[in-house]
Amino acid sequence: MHTTPLALHMTDGLLNAPTALLFGAIALAGIGFSLGRARATLDDRTAPMAGLVAAFVFAAQMINFPVLPGVSGHLLGGALVAILVGPWVGTLCVSIVLVVQSLLFADGGLTMLGANITNMALIGTAAGYLVAVALRPLARRGRTGLLITAFLAGTINTVMASTGFLLEYWIGGTAGFSVAQAVLPMLGIHLLIGVGEGIITALTVGAVAAGRPDLILLLRESRQGERTRTREDENRRSQQRGTVEGTS
Amino acid sequence: MNDTAQQRGGRTFFVWFGVVALFVAAVVSYLADSSPDGLEAVTRQGCETVPTSNGERLTGECIARSGTEHAFAGSPLADYTVLGNSGMTGVAGILGVLVTLLLAGGLFALLREPSRPTSGSSTTAPGDDDSSGTRR
Repeated sequence: MHTTPLALHMTDGLLNAPTALLFGAIALAGIGFSLGRARATLDDRTAPMAGLVAAFVFAAQMINFPVLPGVSGHLLGGALVAILVGPWVGTLCVSIVLVVQSLLFADGGLTMLGANITNMALIGTAAGYLVAVALRPLARRGRTGLLITAFLAGTINTVMASTGFLLEYWIGGTAGFSVAQAVLPMLGIHLLIGVGEGIITALTVGAVAAGRPDLILLLRESRQGERTRTREDENRRSQQRGTVEGTS
Repeated sequence: MNDTAQQRGGRTFFVWFGVVALFVAAVVSYLADSSPDGLEAVTRQGCETVPTSNGERLTGECIARSGTEHAFAGSPLADYTVLGNSGMTGVAGILGVLVTLLLAGGLFALLREPSRPTSGSSTTAPGDDDSSGTRR
């Protein structure tokens, strides 16, 4: 029985072998690049946070919420991880979740793993991150700004991830079914799922901001997206932010 | 706020974060909607779902017709069940959270920068040990 269908997790056979291989290679390249860049954002404080973020995304992906009669969706998590732990570590978090789901829970086809990682871990995280960075000045202004940023980043991450499927199916879909017919329903449904994703992303980021705002990488990063500060600098900043959060 | 207080707060926060993840996977998972998800709904357009003795079958013309069964469909935790028992979703969820935490936490612990030059002095070392204790 198919009791737990999964949003945006492709089953085996939907794409032909060359396309599956192509996106397998793209996924590997993305993961490899992220492994190199992740190092700079991981330290004794962010490493355990990142592990927990991955575990939380796994848990949240189990929760399908209804979006239309007979249609559900669940969090993909790209924007959430990008805001909390940055795009490189975040890509690794979502990739690990997708690998665990496919290998341990038979969720998301083995041969589609590359395409699924491309959609949710690469495209989704990148889209969520770009929106969040564009809105960072708003996010830094206060709690409401942060929640709006998280909501929009979450929504757009879901819609963009679904375009990944359309692209892949257009390149190498197996059924003789026109991808054009799937474009509008696919984007429309994922806009609705995206609203749910945005709400969950905002709630989660809001909860972290209430407890430990210093753990939100989006608010901590410098303009270049690299952490170049010293430890003292960091402590001073988190204290300042603590005061600001407390008074707002 | 001094360093130690911050780190103590950090440990509490990490514990809570983990507890929430476990709660969502173990308990909230039972409330999940079992309807087809967005992708499945779209790829099934044009097909009809026919219930059969061993699951359901699609008839007609649609994207999902070309889908095949997962190679590990018969594995113990397939479809977030335990040996096919969907009443055990919570247990499958707990296992998934722990495996993910172990893999991700392990990878990130290996990847992290051991310690930056400015924090390598002996005065900050106890604090560093303190925070690394939160990983376990």
